[in-house]
Amino acid sequence: MLRQVLRRLATALPTLVGVIVVTFLLTRVLPGDTAAYFAGPAATSQAIEQVRKQLGLDRPLAVQFVSYVKALAVGDLGSSLSTGQPVIKDISTRLPASAELTLAGLVLAVGIAVPLGILAAIRQGSWVDHLCRVLATAGVSLPVFFSGLLLVYVFYYRLGWAPAPLGRLDVFSSAPDTITGFYLIDSLLAGDFDTFRAALAQLILPAATLGLFALAPIARMTRAAMLAALASDFVRTARASGLSTRRVIVTYAFRNAMLPVVTTLGMVFSFLLGANVLVEKVFAWPGIGSYAVDALIKSDFAPVQGFVLAMAILYVALNLMIDILYGVIDPRVRVEA
Amino acid sequence: MTTAVNSTETSAPSLGNIAALLRHARYTFGENPVSGVAFVLFVLLLLCAIFGSWLVPYDPLASDTVAALHPPSPHHLFGTDQLGRDIFSRVVVATRLDMAVAIFSVALVFAIGGVAGIAAGFFGGWIDQVVGRIADTIMAFPLFVLAMGIVAALGNTVTNIVIATAIINFPLYARVARAEANIRRDAGFVQAARLTGNRDLRILLTQILPNIMPIMIVQMSLTMGYAILNAAGLSFIGLGVRPPTPEWGIMVAEGAGNIVSGDWWIAFFPGLALMLAVFCFNLLGDGLRDIFDPQRRS
Repeated sequence: MLRQVLRRLATALPTLVGVIVVTFLLTRVLPGDTAAYFAGPAATSQAIEQVRKQLGLDRPLAVQFVSYVKALAVGDLGSSLSTGQPVIKDISTRLPASAELTLAGLVLAVGIAVPLGILAAIRQGSWVDHLCRVLATAGVSLPVFFSGLLLVYVFYYRLGWAPAPLGRLDVFSSAPDTITGFYLIDSLLAGDFDTFRAALAQLILPAATLGLFALAPIARMTRAAMLAALASDFVRTARASGLSTRRVIVTYAFRNAMLPVVTTLGMVFSFLLGANVLVEKVFAWPGIGSYAVDALIKSDFAPVQGFVLAMAILYVALNLMIDILYGVIDPRVRVEA
Repeated sequence: MTTAVNSTETSAPSLGNIAALLRHARYTFGENPVSGVAFVLFVLLLLCAIFGSWLVPYDPLASDTVAALHPPSPHHLFGTDQLGRDIFSRVVVATRLDMAVAIFSVALVFAIGGVAGIAAGFFGGWIDQVVGRIADTIMAFPLFVLAMGIVAALGNTVTNIVIATAIINFPLYARVARAEANIRRDAGFVQAARLTGNRDLRILLTQILPNIMPIMIVQMSLTMGYAILNAAGLSFIGLGVRPPTPEWGIMVAEGAGNIVSGDWWIAFFPGLALMLAVFCFNLLGDGLRDIFDPQRRS
């Protein structure tokens, strides 16, 4: 098992190299003239040349790449012009907010989509099946920023059930002491149930928005995989041997149907991490997505580049985890590897 | 991709084939009214995109502070925004820009990704390796995030939104085209063409490409919806389109602040238009798949 994990880690290396090369190219080669940008609009051509030397932009691309990788290795992503902080520090303080939101959205999506997909497959053609199809179609067609605003209108303005969409906590609560950075967990660890309730109330709408978006591909895949598993020979054999329906569905069909669903999680994460940016903007969520968007508007490029790199590394790591999880669920993968 | 090559596949589409295809299309649309609805919606979108700016009752840029923030009424079907601009006019006029961004980006990726994929599948070898590597590297990023990074690097313009949307769709096109070209590489009709002395390039253009076209068209329709969503998402966070240009994504962003004070119509109607357009292309893609690729009918 350990050897297989290590081998899988090794295969992720070329991908990581590709990611770093692309982010480097995005920082150096493409923008009009980085030196002129950093020198400011009023700079003379002499001043621009000086900045160019200072930033090392006059050296060959390969040399620049080496120094870029060296800086990366010590976590140096440059500094943000607007916050005046090192980008790596900004990102690490804001990452827990994004992670909490994304994970909550994912848990919500999986919690609803998997049972829904299973029921839709078992009762093909019933109202559950139709509901599954409607949700799956709506999920892909609804822009996340639009569905988020609709939820705000209905649950905040109309019904008044949800708090104002302004960040992780309302003004009356104070943030719990940072242990994990997840407000829900930290407030529970501190035994502060009021803060827990406040944080949960703020989290529900954005998480539901993300969840609705991620629900579609998971539900669709669960349904298809369950249908395939239920039609297979081993399920027929299990049924013919007189096993209970429950046993057939849970132990035989479901466990096999989980494999393709876990595979689609990779794609779901790609969507989720992107949608996260939009949802953070709608709900003024203080995560790394809204950080990057703010920087982008102010033409502050270092945070954007740091954000893209951080997201890509996170995504590579998530895909790695999914692959390892796949090996845990399916013993055959382990034996073959 | 293990689908067997359709045995009725011919080396080039003839007139009789096209007539049969139309009959088949009418049959499929008749059997599946949802695809018919999607087609009607598609025509409506096209009409709005082409003639929209002449049909609308108000100038989409003209502000009228007296009539600011009016809810929907017979005068202003979709209401007015903070500056008193007519939202109905703005939504209709925006169709052209939104569709143009989606169509150009899909056309661009169709040309580049399609060619790269076909070459990879047909020739194999180092071309296949290079195309595969590029596709893998793009797929290693969360796609919307990569699009943000590309627009940030290339510069904040609509053209770069088109380019970024094309780049993030590249792996999808390259992979489909590669798989389809690969299974036909040694098909009977290709070998026949080769035996009669045709060179590779000619075989690619006259034998492989026409047979791959239907599947690529389905792919285009399916990705159109995604392209629209992606472009609107980018302009929602303030990239590309600048105010006061009417565009659905930026209009939703402009109305977002008014949602909490109950003025729902500013963001609602452009968002609805966006949703309908995406919905239309997704359904249309499914419908086209039923026509061109009956083996994979759902």
